[in-house]
Amino acid sequence: MKCGVVVFPGSNCDHDCYHILKHVFELDTEWIWHKDDVDLSGFDLIVLPGGYSYGDYLRAGAIAQFSSVMKKVIEFANSGRMVLGICNGFQVLVESGLLPGALIQNHTQKFICKTVSVRVENASTPFSCECLEKSVLNIPIAHHQGSYFIDIDGLNQLIDNEQIVFRYSGCEGEVTGLYNPNGSVDNIAGIVNENKNVMGLMPHPERCADPAWPNLDGQLIFKSMIQSLQPGILL
Amino acid sequence: MIGSNSIAITPDIVRQHGLTLEEFGRIEDLLGRELNFTELGIFSVMWSEHCSYKSSRYYLKKLPTTGPRVLQGPGENAGVVDIGDGIAAVFKIESHNHPSFIEPRQGAATGVGGILRDIFTMGARPIALMNSLRFGASDHPRTRFLVNGVVEGISNYGNCTGVPTVGGEIYFDSCYNGNILVNVFCLGLIPSDKIFLGNASGVGNPVIYFGSKTGRDGIHGASMASSEFDESSEEKRPTVQVGDPFAEKLLIEACLELMKEDWVVGIQDMGAAGLTCSTFEMAGRAGTGIDLELSKVPMREAGMTPYETLLSESQERMLVVVRKGMEKEALALFDKWDLDSGVVGEVTDKPVVRIFDNENPVVNLPVELVVDGALDLKRPTKKPEYLKEVDHVKLDSILEPTRGETILKDLLASPNITNKHWVYEQYDSMVRLNTLGLPGSDAAVLRVKGSKKALALSVDCNSRYCYLDPFRGAQIAVAECVRNIACSGGEPIGLTNCLNFGNPENPEIMWQFEQAVSGMGEACKFFDIPVVSGNVSLYNETLGEAIYPTPTVAVVGLLEDRSYHTTQWFKEDGDLIGLIGLTMEEFGGSEYLKIIYDRVEGKPPRLDLHLAKSVNKLCLELIQQKLLTSAHDCSEGGLAIALAESCMSHPLNPKGATLGLDSTVRNDALLFGESQSRILISLSAKNRLAVEEKAKAMEVPFTVIGNVGGDALVVNVNGKEFIREEISSLKQLWLGALETYVG
Repeated sequence: MKCGVVVFPGSNCDHDCYHILKHVFELDTEWIWHKDDVDLSGFDLIVLPGGYSYGDYLRAGAIAQFSSVMKKVIEFANSGRMVLGICNGFQVLVESGLLPGALIQNHTQKFICKTVSVRVENASTPFSCECLEKSVLNIPIAHHQGSYFIDIDGLNQLIDNEQIVFRYSGCEGEVTGLYNPNGSVDNIAGIVNENKNVMGLMPHPERCADPAWPNLDGQLIFKSMIQSLQPGILL
Repeated sequence: MIGSNSIAITPDIVRQHGLTLEEFGRIEDLLGRELNFTELGIFSVMWSEHCSYKSSRYYLKKLPTTGPRVLQGPGENAGVVDIGDGIAAVFKIESHNHPSFIEPRQGAATGVGGILRDIFTMGARPIALMNSLRFGASDHPRTRFLVNGVVEGISNYGNCTGVPTVGGEIYFDSCYNGNILVNVFCLGLIPSDKIFLGNASGVGNPVIYFGSKTGRDGIHGASMASSEFDESSEEKRPTVQVGDPFAEKLLIEACLELMKEDWVVGIQDMGAAGLTCSTFEMAGRAGTGIDLELSKVPMREAGMTPYETLLSESQERMLVVVRKGMEKEALALFDKWDLDSGVVGEVTDKPVVRIFDNENPVVNLPVELVVDGALDLKRPTKKPEYLKEVDHVKLDSILEPTRGETILKDLLASPNITNKHWVYEQYDSMVRLNTLGLPGSDAAVLRVKGSKKALALSVDCNSRYCYLDPFRGAQIAVAECVRNIACSGGEPIGLTNCLNFGNPENPEIMWQFEQAVSGMGEACKFFDIPVVSGNVSLYNETLGEAIYPTPTVAVVGLLEDRSYHTTQWFKEDGDLIGLIGLTMEEFGGSEYLKIIYDRVEGKPPRLDLHLAKSVNKLCLELIQQKLLTSAHDCSEGGLAIALAESCMSHPLNPKGATLGLDSTVRNDALLFGESQSRILISLSAKNRLAVEEKAKAMEVPFTVIGNVGGDALVVNVNGKEFIREEISSLKQLWLGALETYVG
């Protein structure tokens, strides 16, 4: 299984994603520089990391969609292979049209960095199959434009197609406005595309996947992807 | 056109450039000719207080700056301390006070940018930012605007560059109403044999400019930082630079990539005084000269005069000297990162900087005169009059309280003590996966990848103590940082300081400065901590009202094993609570006196350095032997606040506690006094004997004072209940108060 971590000039969680894939899960992992004309056919998983892709002065991820590497990533995703976008990566996926909806400013109008609870809404996707349905994970968020927005028709489609993977919740799994840190529609924290091979989420699973910390909830997402790509592997 | 060389220099113009007529005369005498206007601009910034340290240098020489771990002391962009395993820590703290008061968002942002560049210029990957912020009274009309602007500036800039902001401190006091303080700290890691310095060596080597383009922003920023504020300060807004954190991020990555090459000779960022300062300083350190051609500088706008180009403080710019013949490789690397660049000059053998504009000579100055020519001013000092007024606490009007709940709650909700999550949750504190101890702890703790070690970082200064006694106040600042580091499981290995004071031309301010630096020096020598970098910020006053003396210190500590990392919160019901150290009847300079009685008076708490050292040593050894479950420093608000914090700060499960104290001192001094050198610990009951024996063997006062459990904080003094309050209600107050002041 071969993983690629895309490096936009303003990516800043690229090192963290690389570290978890390469050093914690010991996967074959390579950097993909945004300007390089790289052949993605040998990869199984592409990760779009958090950060500020091209500075994001316009709208987070808005410039990245035009980059040469994203053309390749879109082809890669459309061929059915797995793409994970975390935080800014989620914003880029939405701007590129690989995922529906939009990510707008937090309703607090401030950057928020803290650990929040999310409830697993769909444990049958390749990104969540190691989680228990309706279980609660504690994962840090760190964003300024992480409020997920979609219109009511779009939301109904997401629900009907079981595309919502994570919702912000209380530590007992209560999904209410009280536990919505950024004003996201329907407490949405992470979604997949219709094909379930592309996931974007605002929380940072790579920040709770290294055994140097007591909280390892983020490992479940990485383990799910590994399990999906290499069925039967012992984790 | 600003600064054309055809303008005649009058005494007024000299004064507007912040130079005295004596200084101007000295320059022309030593030079043996008249200065032109551009050259006057150069002396204006290079001889400013900000760049030349002319008022402070004499005193700073008294600080200890060497030690077995020190790889680079003061004088370079940042200090470097060896942490073993082939790794060194590079760190510095710097002020951005004046710009942040005029334009808080950009002022604070560019402060972060400047300190980051100081670190990666040395070749280090920045891994942590901290800050020390001082605002006016929480009810002052401008405070909310300034807090929001500064925090947003730091958040926006730091977060974008991908360097976590892992800790800091924030104080409110009316002495900062007209002059806030924004001190920013950065630490980076570097292979200990790969330190880059700002030297322009090797005659014939090219000098390359890279980063953002040069514009008209920030002209005379260094001179602005060297005068006090008056009614017209608002007009100085155009002298505040505008930050571009994305450009900084590119600069970090490009620099670190560049420094893997063996052909990089020397490198320096363009901070205060921009291109001028980096050119002269790089030549100065190497004993060389530089020829510079301004038409090669990437410009943001047309028609800038040499004066403007040289004095611009546009952000995110660097100057590098590479080995001759490697120009193409260097420019290609900058191109990869979409940075502007150009070969702007060449190293020469004669120690003179010659600057040309389209081949026309505009500046020709000897390096040493510009860099080191400003005379040390041994300014007069005088013990301030106000000290007679505030010398002692008038205790007769302070009745000993019978219950402590109201005081406890008032203190927990006070701006200086209340929880600061409203601020630090706006900072990305976790990126890069090193942060073991998050903001809100005694010290931030970061693992060092590639070793089993960790670093503990603490920044501190109680300026009220320094106002009442600058010597002891500065000592206490050092001692508290060291104690914070001990509580986290580390030992101090280096210190950086940011000395914020009023107008040095006032002898009373100069006395404060002298006293504080002496106190700091004595404490550093006692604890054996080298001062490896720092910054002096003077003229922090508005209309003659000076701030309290604020000698902020940041101490870096080393944990030999990251498993020593200890947190401040109580963990298990049934654990015992103990106090290391002694409580005396002291009120001077306390939050208690300020919040409950609105008084700033008395002597700051006594500080016995020997006791401080042995308390820290005991705490650290207990931690290393895994005998403690928590350790927390007692500071502002005293024992009661430390207890409440240890109860409340567990991220998931806050704990109650019941205390039984026997004491001969007044109960308000016992619970809210700020006696130094005390650490609140908790331990499993089975370890009690071992802890007591160790304390006895080391002759350190230690008492078991209670146990963890229940839902309330209950404090009995001499068998009588003094405090009983539900933890949940205390926590609600503690978490919510700051937002009511500044949100």
